[in-house]
Amino acid sequence: MESIKNILSNPWVYALLVVVITPFIGALLTSIDRKLSARMQGRIGPSWFQPLYDVAKLFSKKPMALHRPQLIYATLHLVFMVVAVVLLAQGRDLLMVLFVQAFSMICLVLGGMSVRSPYSWIGSQRKIMQMLGVEPVFLVMILALYLRNESFLGSALINSANTTPLLLSMPLMFLAFLCAIAIEMEKSPFDLSSSHHAHQEIVKGVTLEYSGPFLGIIEIAHFYETAFFFGLMMAFWHTNILIGLVVAMAGLIFMTVLDNSFARLTPNWMLRFMWTVPLSMALANLIWLWVK
Amino acid sequence: MSKAIKKSPWVVHFNCNSCNGCDIEFLACLTPTYDVERFGVLHVGNPKHADVLVVTGSVNNRNKHVLKNVYDQMPEPKVVVAMGACPATGGIFADCYNVIGGVNAVIPVDVHVPGCPPKPEAMMDGIIEAVGILEKKRNGETVPPPVLPVKTVKGPEAPPMTPEMAAKIAAAKAAAAAKAAAAKAEAEKANENQEARAE
Repeated sequence: MESIKNILSNPWVYALLVVVITPFIGALLTSIDRKLSARMQGRIGPSWFQPLYDVAKLFSKKPMALHRPQLIYATLHLVFMVVAVVLLAQGRDLLMVLFVQAFSMICLVLGGMSVRSPYSWIGSQRKIMQMLGVEPVFLVMILALYLRNESFLGSALINSANTTPLLLSMPLMFLAFLCAIAIEMEKSPFDLSSSHHAHQEIVKGVTLEYSGPFLGIIEIAHFYETAFFFGLMMAFWHTNILIGLVVAMAGLIFMTVLDNSFARLTPNWMLRFMWTVPLSMALANLIWLWVK
Repeated sequence: MSKAIKKSPWVVHFNCNSCNGCDIEFLACLTPTYDVERFGVLHVGNPKHADVLVVTGSVNNRNKHVLKNVYDQMPEPKVVVAMGACPATGGIFADCYNVIGGVNAVIPVDVHVPGCPPKPEAMMDGIIEAVGILEKKRNGETVPPPVLPVKTVKGPEAPPMTPEMAAKIAAAKAAAAAKAAAAKAEAEKANENQEARAE
């Protein structure tokens, strides 16, 4: 038992474990989302292993790429996402985690912009607008964490003397964060740049021109992303891992309900909404923490 | 890997020249009653992401290039499912001057689903059949093309023109022209009468 603990305390082994296990957690969360959607629509829904089958199938297809930069951007998208997940799991600087995650999104945008398809271009432009809407909320959230813990480090949250769960000291921040995750995970009404469902007005948006294994890489990056945001939601109740799981699960179910009950809205609406309602909620929470 | 391709066939749907009957029935497969997603089928709007191409309607000179283009954009291995009577032979549109015939005229078809329109159950059966072929193609096996009981439904050719027939047609045309002229003259006369009365 002691030797297992020793091995796990090695940062390299820990990072490797995170890299290997996270996509499976992401796939499980994705299949919960799909199954729940199906049940809400009165369908049976796909198998529990469907996301894994999809990725395995994509890797068994013949590679077909338009040009080399596209592949480099897809790979970088995955690599930066993996790095962000590992940094978060190791409790490193949260600002760094945010920047690396944003870089991953930028790689997706660059990949979408590197081809000549107009749909891919529109999808990329919308992705930039989504980032414009999301990043201020993330930044305010990390500033609030700094006010609380006097440190940007993720590990400082776990080791802090303050044992009140984050959700109780930043409830408004959590609501703003949920809106931001809905955008990052492409849930209606924010699924502007690329939708999970077929037949949106710009077909598949930013991932339109990827096919076969390269689409598989992006799907895996999406698994990491889902697990990343699930982990962040769990951090809102860092004192008890079980309650943290319940909070994060509730967040995920809220995403699915949101996805099934709203129609897609315009990018301008999204930006106006994000910079008014969630951002002012997050700022109000920040000011409250400051005054306290 | 070959098991995975069987479990996750993504379908792109292309309407060639259809009356929309087959398309509506095909979309009905996605509804809770039939729920084709339980087999892992996903309806994608992009041929680059698809494994199965579902074609409805007959092929004409306008859309044959589009159909070929959509087919060429799909990465291998891929299968084509012809939904309904029209993509098999041209259906009731086979005799139209612009219709080339079935989908077979442009791209190789792997599964034909008969019917006008086929029932959603038959369509799902066709997709599952296609998935089996997809797995065989993935494993490098050659799959023989399906045999259609009917090669074409085009009507018989018109008989060659004989001098008697040509004379008959000319006489009929002349009679029709004379009749039209007489009718016109009568109408003018009636018009004049009316004007005179009005004065």
